[in-house]
Amino acid sequence: MSESFVPVEHLRGALADQRLQSAIYAATGRLIEKRAGAVSAEALPDYQQLREQAHRVKRHALDNLDTYLEQLEENIIAHGGRVIWCATGAEVADFILNLAKLRGANLIVKSKSMTTEEIDLNERLEHHRLEAVETDLGEYILQLAHERPYHIVAPALHKTRYEVADLFTARLGVERDLVIENQTLTARRVLRERFLAAGIGITGANFLVADSGAVVVVENEGNARLTSSAPPVHIAIAGIEKIIPRAQDLPVFLKLLGRSATGQPLTVYTSFLSGPRRPGEMDGPEEFYVVLLDNGRTKLLADADKRESLYCIRCGACLNHCPVYRKIGGHNYPGTYSGPIGAIITPQYAGVLKHPWLPFASSLCGACAEVCPVKIDIPRLLLTLRRDIARSRSWTERLAFGAFAWLGTHPRLYSLAGSIAARLAPRAKDGWLRRAPFLSRFGVFRKWLSQRDIPVPARRSFRKYWRDRAKGAPTA
Amino acid sequence: MTRGRVAVFVTCVVDQVFPAVGIAMTEVLQRLGYAAEFRERQTCCGQPAFNTGYWDEARRLARHFLEVFHDAEYIVIPSGSCTSMVAHHFAQLLPNNPAAQQLASRTWEFSKFLIEVAKVEDVGARFEGPVTYHDSCHALRELHVHDGPRRLLARVRGLELREMDAAAECCGFGGTFSVKFADVSCAMARTKIDSILRTKADTVVSADSSCLMQLQGAMRRAGLGIRTMHLAEVLASQ
Repeated sequence: MSESFVPVEHLRGALADQRLQSAIYAATGRLIEKRAGAVSAEALPDYQQLREQAHRVKRHALDNLDTYLEQLEENIIAHGGRVIWCATGAEVADFILNLAKLRGANLIVKSKSMTTEEIDLNERLEHHRLEAVETDLGEYILQLAHERPYHIVAPALHKTRYEVADLFTARLGVERDLVIENQTLTARRVLRERFLAAGIGITGANFLVADSGAVVVVENEGNARLTSSAPPVHIAIAGIEKIIPRAQDLPVFLKLLGRSATGQPLTVYTSFLSGPRRPGEMDGPEEFYVVLLDNGRTKLLADADKRESLYCIRCGACLNHCPVYRKIGGHNYPGTYSGPIGAIITPQYAGVLKHPWLPFASSLCGACAEVCPVKIDIPRLLLTLRRDIARSRSWTERLAFGAFAWLGTHPRLYSLAGSIAARLAPRAKDGWLRRAPFLSRFGVFRKWLSQRDIPVPARRSFRKYWRDRAKGAPTA
Repeated sequence: MTRGRVAVFVTCVVDQVFPAVGIAMTEVLQRLGYAAEFRERQTCCGQPAFNTGYWDEARRLARHFLEVFHDAEYIVIPSGSCTSMVAHHFAQLLPNNPAAQQLASRTWEFSKFLIEVAKVEDVGARFEGPVTYHDSCHALRELHVHDGPRRLLARVRGLELREMDAAAECCGFGGTFSVKFADVSCAMARTKIDSILRTKADTVVSADSSCLMQLQGAMRRAGLGIRTMHLAEVLASQ
């Protein structure tokens, strides 16, 4: 991979921003701590078994996706709902625009949905003069700021209350107020009116339950429940991978999702939505639609080796625990999804050569895999993607690794090359160098030396020591 | 009387840059009654190639390793990372090679060998001073090495182990990551070093020399006089 692919300046920008660095570190740190408490042996003794089970259920569901999606559709129709199959974001927008026109709806309220971020739904709707208002507090803040989510679960994680205060003053004309509770009340006041005025409510879906035809939405603010029940029309937009076979599989996932995401045993609201309001019911929408979106997912499904990327339940734990995400932040990741999960799915959606640096943006520390509630082997997938990025490599790198492998299979020459390198290497009194003008001609050494001293090869390698010892030469 | 033969795999970094680690490891093994053997045809486990996506090149090195160590009962390695490469990733690279599939049962990270095979905690070492232990990622998460090194260190006379709050956080090395993403890598190192400093320990100990190279390089640049030592070096001290 040519080094020029790495967006060095952008990464440096995030690293140099002290305010941003402490905001990310503090917010992810809190989430790490809360999760650790919630999945501890005392709090959840069967945590590891639950992860195994969740992995197995997802594997089974994805391996039999066609069957379960059809079953889901049958059950949704039986409850009086409708299923709309969409291959792309444009198809989703077309469906919504037509429906809005038919129902005379100009205002849409939305609850948090990464899937709609993926297809730029708000922009598409605005383009046709439909107003779509985000009602999750974090998403609302970002909509006012014209930014995309910084984090899968905590979209405005990078924003401090000072910035939110300024934003509300500028965009809502309210007095500057630094008290978070008051900021929340301001948003609530504005949004309540929107809920009541909206003609359509759009939610995402955390799970699609095939055997009961239900859409499950988890949230903490109650905005998704309002979005799905106040307006006359509810549209749930879900990626097809959100399917699970049976309602009885749900507890496994609900136990894992809240705990992994925010350290909550359960989120404040868990809504089971399975159709429009029935005769005699007090509330609920008059019409209920479930949009099943592909948008590249079948491409991932086709690759059995990387299919497990689709098991993700979007808890964000891999982001919180990723030392790279915690340094570079969410906006440096191209695509909708940031962090380790983004680093494995974005290249698969966009093509591995679009952002060839992305799978390399990891020290392979494995913290992501350790906390993934559905046990996605993210490091393995990163390694597989690195292998797939064969064509964009620089010839110097190919040559270097080719030569290295050749030497490594010719022990005598390997040993000789080692002693030559040791002889040619600059000398250093205590074994370390701060500057090495000759070595710095090579990118690898220049980059190492930019912020670190470098050790010089030992005068006598272990190999040589052992040989000398065998000869009875002094070894001290 | 010897307790058996062990073949040591002295990683390329240890062989070329930190040979004292390999020497210390063989000394500890010999002191415990093992006959340590160094097979001179050994080279590198191939992890740098594998992790950068050069799987064909890594495969060639894996086959070479298998040839060199085909009849070794115990292979002991002073690195969690290289051990994981040999024990886990060779099997992935060579799925149809039975020898590669069986490697995991005879490949041992140094501290794991001491605890689980040699069944010792007290190796008779003496080392004065407060030390903190850095969990290298692959030892911790791929080999589940956590308590072992701490138990070994606890039995070293004169040594005081001080846990750092971010013991399990990555040092930022990550092989080629350390140069492809040098700025991020060094920012990670600084976070780790802050955690080390809070312990006021004067020595950082780890099971992997590459992590220590990263940390020592960054600490030197920051003008910090904190020593880094491989676990084997501490256990060989008397």
